[in-house]
Amino acid sequence: MAVEDIGSGCSSSGDQEFHVLAVDDSIIDRKVIERLLKISCCKVTAVDSGSRALQYLGIDGERSSLEFDELKVNLIITDYSMPGMTGYELLKKIKGSTKLRQIPVVIMSSENILARIDRCLEEGAEDFLMKPVQLSDVERLRDFMLRGGEEERELGRKRKTPDDSCDCRPLRKRPTPLATACSSTFRALEEPVIVHES
Amino acid sequence: MEIVGQLQKQFVDFSTSLNHEGFLDEQYLQLQKLQDESNPDFVCEVVSLFFDDSEKLLNNLATALQQQVVDFKQVDAHVHQFKGSSSSIGAQRVKNMCVAFRNFCEEKNLDGCLRCLQQLKHEYFLVKNKLETLFRLERQIVEAGGTVPVIG
Repeated sequence: MAVEDIGSGCSSSGDQEFHVLAVDDSIIDRKVIERLLKISCCKVTAVDSGSRALQYLGIDGERSSLEFDELKVNLIITDYSMPGMTGYELLKKIKGSTKLRQIPVVIMSSENILARIDRCLEEGAEDFLMKPVQLSDVERLRDFMLRGGEEERELGRKRKTPDDSCDCRPLRKRPTPLATACSSTFRALEEPVIVHES
Repeated sequence: MEIVGQLQKQFVDFSTSLNHEGFLDEQYLQLQKLQDESNPDFVCEVVSLFFDDSEKLLNNLATALQQQVVDFKQVDAHVHQFKGSSSSIGAQRVKNMCVAFRNFCEEKNLDGCLRCLQQLKHEYFLVKNKLETLFRLERQIVEAGGTVPVIG
């Protein structure tokens, strides 16, 4: 079914759709991220907590593997600060699951805390976005995901600051989007930095 | 059409002043970029959610600060949420008030918190009023047969 989407030139084919699971306890932020993703031609499922995200992904074993394949989540984007289960805890659960660990996870946070960013990247997060998330962030993310990261890595190498704090050794076995990690840390460094997290 | 022109000018002037006076920042413009013919009420819907959420938070804050033994972590959690939502819609002065409020929470300064709550309420109702005026102007322009100017 052809769908006309003004301003973003979305193509129509349903089976090419990039499916993003968005996790945020704020109803306002959920609405905004959902719109940002839809306008960037993604299919979106938005949930309000880490536990609901895990339920949806079938990690509690409720869903059969057949259903899971149909579900096909291509990316998980989650807020960091959530009651109950933080985005970091959700990340750990996903990366600790044989079924789900391949799914890239992006963390969003309104607080620019280096220790937090490092911790998330160490745990396997693909990227760390500062809130409020903008259209350019989502578009960059989507392009990066679809292209498999080569160009972003090049871009990231050019953007690195001499004393940048990200430790660019391979963090994960599969090809690592180190450039994305570096570039988002670089962006974070432009803002006032809190080093110690209480 | 004279009326449309006047209304459009009013709208542009008002929007510009809201930005200059710090009521709304760049993020509000970002939200407007997400509105189009397929989602013509997007900004209004998000802002309505913000109004509902904010009024709940203000009540929660008042309650939390009235407790015999104030749980400053809880107060901070509410303010953090408010800071997030105001930031998401570009309500800059509200957001800045939340930042100050959080400092008092950290210090466990009850008087400071109470004063901040009053100021926060004030800023919130100010921006609410401004946004309602903005939406009203938009409606008037559309009803008069014009299109709403794009700012920025």
